[in-house]
Amino acid sequence: MTTSSSAAAGGPADDCGAVELAAGVHWIGALDPGLRTFDLILRTANGTTYNSYLVRGDDGVAVIDTVKAELAHDFFARLEGVARYDEIRVIVLNHLEPDHTGALPELMRRAPRAQLYISKRATAMLKALLKPRDDDRPLTYQTVGTGDEVSLGGRTLRFLHTPFLHWPDTQCTWLVEEGVLFSGDVFGCHHCDARLFNDACGDFRFAFDYYYAHIMRPFKRYVVEALKLIEPLPIKLIAPTHGPILRDRPRRYVTRYRELSTPSLAERLDQGERSLIIFYMSAYGSTARMAEAIRTGAEEEGGIRVSLYDLEGGETQPFVDLIESADALALGSPTINGDAAKPIWDLLSSLTVIDLGGKLGAAFGSYGWSGEAVRMIEDRLRGLKLRVPVAGLRIKLIPTDEELEECRAFGRALAGTLVRGGRGRVVEFAELQSATIENLGV
Amino acid sequence: MAKAKITFTDIEQTVNVPAGTRVIEVSERIGAGIIYGCREGDCGTCMMHVEEGWNNLTEPSVLEEKVLRENMASRHDRLACQAQILGDCKVKPA
Ligand code: FES
Ligand SMILES: [Fe+2]
Ligand SMILES: [Fe+2]
Repeated sequence: MTTSSSAAAGGPADDCGAVELAAGVHWIGALDPGLRTFDLILRTANGTTYNSYLVRGDDGVAVIDTVKAELAHDFFARLEGVARYDEIRVIVLNHLEPDHTGALPELMRRAPRAQLYISKRATAMLKALLKPRDDDRPLTYQTVGTGDEVSLGGRTLRFLHTPFLHWPDTQCTWLVEEGVLFSGDVFGCHHCDARLFNDACGDFRFAFDYYYAHIMRPFKRYVVEALKLIEPLPIKLIAPTHGPILRDRPRRYVTRYRELSTPSLAERLDQGERSLIIFYMSAYGSTARMAEAIRTGAEEEGGIRVSLYDLEGGETQPFVDLIESADALALGSPTINGDAAKPIWDLLSSLTVIDLGGKLGAAFGSYGWSGEAVRMIEDRLRGLKLRVPVAGLRIKLIPTDEELEECRAFGRALAGTLVRGGRGRVVEFAELQSATIENLGV
Repeated sequence: MAKAKITFTDIEQTVNVPAGTRVIEVSERIGAGIIYGCREGDCGTCMMHVEEGWNNLTEPSVLEEKVLRENMASRHDRLACQAQILGDCKVKPA
C-alpha cells in the first residue's frame, strides 16, 4: 500500500473532527486521498477512506472498526473529540484486515476497559494479528454470531454472521434503534470524498461496482447468504468501512449487490439446461475445425447450450463474464514453440475474480511436431480447481474425417458428463480426477 | 477397496469415494462451498458441519481439536482439509 494522510480540502471531515451520522453515532475514520493502489491489485483514482464509527449509549461507548496504522493519529483525534477512552466499553471488529485493525493495539492500550467483539471465525486471525507477548495482559475477547447482542444502554448492537465477505472473519453489526448497518467491507468502495455522505459525494457508482467485482465477486454465494440476513432489516443508513456513507436510499446498494450476485445466464436457459463455452485459437484453421466438430458433438447430447468463440476476436474481460455463468469450459490451442498461445494464458490468469467451483474443463488442439499445449492447459485448469473429466484431445496437423469424428466424440463425452453429472446423482470419485490414465494407455 | 458416499448438502451432490479419502480432495472438484486457506489444518477456514455420519470420519487429531476450539466450532464441526472419509456422511460449510 502507498501511504498518504493529507486530507482533501473543502468538506466536513477536513478538520479532524468527528461527523455525526445518526443520533449518538459518529464517523471517526480517516481519509487517504493520496492512495492509488490498494493491496497491490486494486486501483483507485482518488484514494480511499477507512471508516470507523463510535456509538454512544447511556452506559458506555462502542467503537466499531478502526483505521490503518499510518492514519491512527487522525482516528484518535476524532475519537477524542466525542468520547473519553475510559467510556469505551465495547470494540467491535467487523473485519480484521490490517486496513481496519492497524490502530487496534494502541486503542486497546488507551481503552483498557473495552471488551472486544469478533465473529466466531476471527479468533485465530486476532491472535496472529496481535501476537500477544507473555508479558501482555491476557487477550480477552467475546465471539459472537447472528442474533447475539450487546447493549450500551438504550443502544443495542446486534451481530450478523456474514463470513467470507471477503475474509473468513467478516461480520456485520446492526444498530437496532437507529437502523444503521455497520457492514464492514460489504457495500464499501475505494473512493475518498471528505463530504462523506453518498448524496454529497461525487459520482462513485463506478468505484462501487469495481470494488464488488474485485473483492466480493469470488465469494458470490456467500454474498447471497449474507443478503438473506440483510434484506429484511429496516435499513435507514449503511455505514461501510470504505468510501461514502450510504444514507440516501441505502436500499439501492443492497439491490445492486443482489443484481451483481444473481447469475445472469440462468434466467435465459431452459429449466435444467447446461452451458458449455468453447474458446479456441487457430493459426491455420485446424484447431478451429476441431472446435466446430466438438460443438457439433456436444449439441448431439441435448439439454446443453454451446457457445463457440475465437479468442483472437475478443477482449478478455467479457469472456471472463461468460465463463462465470457457464457450467463447462473447453479451450483449444495449437502448440507454438512448446507452449499454448498467449491469449489462452491471458484468459486463464484472469479467472481468479470468479468462483470456478464445480465447473468442468477440457483442452484440445492441433500441433505440428510437438503438442505440449493441451497438457499444459489441462494442468492449469486443474490448478484452478476445475474438473477435467475427459482427457485432452490432440491432433497432428490437419484433422482427417476420422479425427473430426474423434472431436465429435470428445464433445459428446464432455456434454454427457455435464448433463448426467447433475444434482442428486452419485458421482464416482475417479470422474473428479482426470481420465488421462486410461486414455494414455497406461 | 471399501467405498463410502459423501454428500455435500449445499450443492446436493454425492460422490462415491474410496475409504480414507480426505474431504478436501473431493469438495473442491465437485464445487462444494467449503473454502480452504492453509490446507494443512492450521487456519480453520475450511470448517464444515457434519450433518450425518459424524462417526464415519477419522477422529480429529489433538491439533485439529485445538483449531476447532479456537474457531468456536460447534458440536459436529470438523476441518475439511483434515477429516478422512471412512463411511457415508453428509456435510456442508460451517
Ligand atoms: S484449510 Fe486451513 S485448516 Fe483447513
Ligand atoms: Fe478487507
Ligand atoms: Fe477493507
